Amino acid sequence: MNNLVILPIIIPIITGMVMVLFRNNIWLHRFLSLLATVLIGIVSIMLIEQIKTAGMQTLYLGGWQAPFGIALVADMFAVLLVLVAALVTFCCLCYAFSSIGRERGRHYFYPLCLFLIAGVNGSFLTGDIFNLFVCFEVMLVASYVLISLGGTKVQLRESFKYILINMLSSFLFLIAIAYLYAMMGTLNLAHLSVRVAEAGQGGVITAVALLFLMVFSLKAGLFLFFWLPGSYSAPPTAIAAIFGSLLTKVGVYAIIRLFSLVFYHEPGVTHLFIGVLAAVSMVLGAMGAVAYWDVKRIITYNVVVGVGFILAGFASFSVVGVRGSVYYLLHDMIVKALLFLLGGSIIHLTGTGRLKEMSGLIRLHPQLGWMFFVAALSVSGIPPLSGFIGKIFVTAGTFQTGYFWLGGIGLLTSLLVLYSVMRIFMNVFWGYTNLTEETEKGTTKGLLPSMAFLTVLTLALGLGAEGIHTYVDLAVEGLLNPHIYTGTVLGGNGQ
Amino acid sequence: MSIVVGILFAIGTYLILSKTFLRIILGTSIIGHGVNLLILTMGGLKKGGPPLRGLQEFIFTDSLPQALLLTAIVINFATTALFLVLSYRAYKVLGTDDVEKLRGCADE
Repeated sequence: MNNLVILPIIIPIITGMVMVLFRNNIWLHRFLSLLATVLIGIVSIMLIEQIKTAGMQTLYLGGWQAPFGIALVADMFAVLLVLVAALVTFCCLCYAFSSIGRERGRHYFYPLCLFLIAGVNGSFLTGDIFNLFVCFEVMLVASYVLISLGGTKVQLRESFKYILINMLSSFLFLIAIAYLYAMMGTLNLAHLSVRVAEAGQGGVITAVALLFLMVFSLKAGLFLFFWLPGSYSAPPTAIAAIFGSLLTKVGVYAIIRLFSLVFYHEPGVTHLFIGVLAAVSMVLGAMGAVAYWDVKRIITYNVVVGVGFILAGFASFSVVGVRGSVYYLLHDMIVKALLFLLGGSIIHLTGTGRLKEMSGLIRLHPQLGWMFFVAALSVSGIPPLSGFIGKIFVTAGTFQTGYFWLGGIGLLTSLLVLYSVMRIFMNVFWGYTNLTEETEKGTTKGLLPSMAFLTVLTLALGLGAEGIHTYVDLAVEGLLNPHIYTGTVLGGNGQ
Repeated sequence: MSIVVGILFAIGTYLILSKTFLRIILGTSIIGHGVNLLILTMGGLKKGGPPLRGLQEFIFTDSLPQALLLTAIVINFATTALFLVLSYRAYKVLGTDDVEKLRGCADE
C-alpha cells in the first residue's frame, strides 16, 4: 500500500476542478496548471526512487485486496512514462501561455489539459482492465473538447471524424473486455495473467487478444492511422503537441502492457502480428512523410513512423529489443512534442504551412533553426542524441531474434524520416530570405524557452543514457517477468 | 439475447455508414446499447439473489457486469451528448450535415 500512487491522477483532477470555478482568472489558471505538472513530476521522481529500492508499488483502493477491488500499480515502466508525460506537458503549457490565445484560455483550455493528463496518468498506473477503459475515456473526452476548442471549420470537420473513430474503438474495447470476462471471470490484470497462464492461451483467447490489439492500434495509430494526420493537424500547436506526444503513446503503452503481462504465451502469432503491423505502419508513415509538402502533415506522419518503430522492438520480445522500445518510447514522447512545437512556431512566423512558400528563416531566427536541426537529427537517431540509443537496441533486438526484415525496414524508414525532416530544414531555413522582421506574421517571443528546454532534454537523454540505464533496465525486467507483477499485486490471494 | 445484440449491431453499422450527422450519432448510440447488452450476456444470465451475506440464498447473481454496465452507460451518455452538441455546432458553422460535402474547404 502506497498512497503516492494515486497522486498523479488526483492532483490534476482536483486542480482542474478548482480552476473551473475561477473562470476568468487566467493567471491563476496558468499558475495552477504549472504547479500541478510540477507536483506530478516530483511525485513520480519519489516513486521512481521507492521502486528502485523497494520494488513495485501498489495501492488497493478502499482497502479491498486485489483481485476483488481496484488496484493501482506503479511499476518502473509506468512511472517513467508518467514522469516524461509531466515534463512534456509542462513545456506544452509554457508554450501555450503565449500562443493559445485569450479566448481559448477562457474556455477552459488549462483545466481540460489537466483532465487529459489525469486520464493519461490513470491509464499508465491502473492495474485493472476496465479501469483502463475508464481512464481512456477520461482522456478521450478531454481530447474531444480540446480538438474542437475554438471551433474553426477545419477543427469541426476533423473532430467529427476523430470522435466517431474513437467512440467506435471504445465500443470494440468494451466488447473485448466482455469476451475476456466471460472466459476468464476476472478483470484484474495480474489475476488475468495468472488465469491465462493456468488455462493456456488457446485459439479463442488469442482471438480476443487480437481484438484488443485492434482497439489499441486504432488509438495508437499503429497501421490503423487513417484518422491521425487529419485530426492532429487541425488543432492549435500546443494541443497538437500534447496529442502527438501523449495520446498515441498511451495506446502503445496499453499494447506493451497487455502483450507482455497477459497474452505473452503465443508470441509466434500475436507478436509476429504486432511486428507486421509495425513494419507496415513504418513504411506507410514514411511514405506519407516524404510525399507531403506541408509542415504539419510531415510531422504527423512522423508520429506514425515512431509508433511503428517502438512496437518493432517490442515485437522481437527479447531483452535487448524491449529495452530499445522503452528508450525509444521515452525519446519519442519528448522529441515529437519538440517537433510539433517547432513546426507550429514556423507556421506561426510565416503564416503558411507550405514548404515551397518559405525560405531563409535562419537569418532572422538562428535559435529556431538550430533547434530544428537538433530535433531533426534526434528524430532520425543520429548518435549523440536520444534517438540513437533506442534505435540501436531495437535494431539489435530484431536482428537477434531473426526478424531481419523488421530491423531492415526500421533502418530504411529512418533514412526516409531523416530526408523528410531535413527537407523541412532546407526549405524553411536555407536559401534567400523572403521575410523581413516587419512582414512576419508573429513573434517567437515567449515561445523559445519551452522548446529550448525540450531540446536540452533530448540532448540530455542522449548523452546521459548511462544515467537512466538502471531505471530502464528495471522497467524491462518488470515487463519481461510477469510473475514479479502478479506476485506483488496479488500477494497471497492469487487463486 | 445474442440475436438481439446482433440485430442492434447491424442497425448501428447501417446507420453509421449513412451520410447525415444525426443518423451517424444515432448509430453509435444503438451500437452502444448493443455493447451494453453484450456485457450483460457475457456475465451469464441466471436467476439468483443479490450477493449479500446473511441472505439464505444459494444462487447468487454476478454483480460485476452490472457495475461495468452502469459505468459504460454513463460514459456513453456523456460522449453522445458531447457528440450531438458538436455536430450541431458543425452544422451551423459548416452549413451542411452531409458528410460527403465536408471534404475539402476552400480556406485550407
